[in-house]
Amino acid sequence: MSKRIIELFDTDKKLVSIYFTAGFPKLNDTVEIIENLEKAGVDLIEIGLPFSDPLADGPTIQESSTKALHNGMTTELLFEQLSNIRQKVKTPLIIMGYFNPVMQYGVESFCQKCEEIGIDALILPDLPLREYQLHYKEIFNRHGLDLIYLITPQTPEERIRGIDEMSNSFIYMVSSSSTTGAKAGFSIENQEYFKRIAEMKLKNPTLVGFGISDKNSFDQATAYSQGAIIGSAFIKHVENKGINQISTFVEKLNS
Amino acid sequence: MSKYLADENGYYGAFGGAFIPEMLYPNTEELRVHYLEIMERNSFQKEFKHLLKDYVGRPTPLYYAKRLSATYGTKIYLKREDLCHTGAHKVNNTIGQILMAKALGKKRIIAETGAGQHGVATATVCALMGIECVIYMGEIDISRQAPNVARMKLLGATVRAATSGSKTLKDATNEAIRDWINNPVDTHYIIGSVVGPHPYPDMVARFQSVISEETKKQLLEKEGTENPTHVIACVGGGSNAAGQFYHYLDREDVNIIAVEAAGKGVHSGESAATSALGKVGIIHGSKTLLMQTNDGQITEPHSISAGLDYPGIGPMHAHLYSSKRAKFVSITDAEAMAAGKRLSILEGIIPAIETAHAFAVLEHETFKADDIIIFNCSGRGDKDLQTYIDYFEL
Repeated sequence: MSKRIIELFDTDKKLVSIYFTAGFPKLNDTVEIIENLEKAGVDLIEIGLPFSDPLADGPTIQESSTKALHNGMTTELLFEQLSNIRQKVKTPLIIMGYFNPVMQYGVESFCQKCEEIGIDALILPDLPLREYQLHYKEIFNRHGLDLIYLITPQTPEERIRGIDEMSNSFIYMVSSSSTTGAKAGFSIENQEYFKRIAEMKLKNPTLVGFGISDKNSFDQATAYSQGAIIGSAFIKHVENKGINQISTFVEKLNS
Repeated sequence: MSKYLADENGYYGAFGGAFIPEMLYPNTEELRVHYLEIMERNSFQKEFKHLLKDYVGRPTPLYYAKRLSATYGTKIYLKREDLCHTGAHKVNNTIGQILMAKALGKKRIIAETGAGQHGVATATVCALMGIECVIYMGEIDISRQAPNVARMKLLGATVRAATSGSKTLKDATNEAIRDWINNPVDTHYIIGSVVGPHPYPDMVARFQSVISEETKKQLLEKEGTENPTHVIACVGGGSNAAGQFYHYLDREDVNIIAVEAAGKGVHSGESAATSALGKVGIIHGSKTLLMQTNDGQITEPHSISAGLDYPGIGPMHAHLYSSKRAKFVSITDAEAMAAGKRLSILEGIIPAIETAHAFAVLEHETFKADDIIIFNCSGRGDKDLQTYIDYFEL
């Protein structure tokens, strides 16, 4: 388990986590985006490894992934870009992607590389719990990596308890039944779900993701959780304003 | 339990499983827990069989193709799935799944389609049951399969264009899966082939297994044996093949030939020959053989037939390939078109271009005079008329 992530949650502050697609808008923006995110005060950074068929993602992340691949992003190149990242930033770093590219790179080699670089955890939405437990957990843990599990409004309580038992850093709470970037703002129903999970008093902290785009939705999402994850809205921002205006995006969330 | 069918976790040897995001877990779990019990209910079986008989028109004939047999010096039978209502075998599965959806209390149906056959078969059963229906179809397929798009609309379905990626079957499937993530409670996803997360490959294969169940009885009447020497079918995802092979999987004396689309040639860069070009990976929730880059990005296939234009194959077929139970043959666009024309002229049967790929095997393989060969004549060519017109300048 990652020391950086554990230390991160040792605070009352509502944490801001940002997702971006590696290789977008330009192929070699990766390191600069990460540095600018840290300077802007972001608490956790999710580096998206682009995939041709991102099932859980809406149009914004799909398009950024397609462009990143078109720009020439590969798993090997991402690792190359990140090779000296720990000399530059201290923020916990997570790689988020789909399982097939990881499988083709080789799960062991992928984890080995992540450990060398100083990646703290992985989010692989289509690697199911059972497969992970049976075949991959030992490899991940040997390289000091956690797999972050997702829960949704439809996840049964018993399964949430099981996920909490197996998690060592935090739980990724998908805000509603949707793909990423679906809508802004949360209904009463969403907020009741946030509250229901908070009342379960899980041993792991939760971060809420999907559907968070501005201060209002950030505040709603974090009313009952330790922080929130923003992806599509951030990608739209860098697409429109470039990678040097990152602090203005982050400041608006905290103001 | 056949070693060629799914185990309780949905694995065919090393292939299958359910590699899905947590958002889809409740949907597939509900299906996984209930599908066998629902299928085994007397009331379900009674309605399924009734609809297959009176609505679909089953049993479909097993036809002895005399002129085709004479041409190739062997004995050839055609399992006439092209005579099913809606023009292909696809409806066997959609009848089964609409009854499944009803038993699960679902109010809305979504489906993906390539050639449009599965879309039409889904729209048809939704009309039959009075259930809302949304069909996802790649933008390119919408333009090359216009008659089927019109059919779906006439049947009351909404057709939504998939505009991402290669804009074909793979992308339509992605969009359908995304719809299901967004509508997890009231919606049932009718997957059209033996692909996707467990339990879909097993459920669809069971619904299609009626094809080989009938074949055995019919062949016994005609030849005094249930078992041919060869069964042959085309494979995109592989549902017609799964149905035609199903009851022969454990009969090792029955040779199984699966036919894939080689497009402009297996190594032309424009092909859909998954077994020849694919590696083990994850596509649409299943671990199977798929066409991909070294970096694990799924590549865009090519075939003249929209129904075979898919970069993966069902996990059952991946297992049949890797265990060598089935022989896989790749057929080019040109070979398939020639085979389609040949069947039209020799037997008065215009096959779907998907189906035509299977018949092209007759030019590739040598058969003996006393062999008994069964082709799954999986679909009719009406929907492909424009492609035939353009190709042969008719």
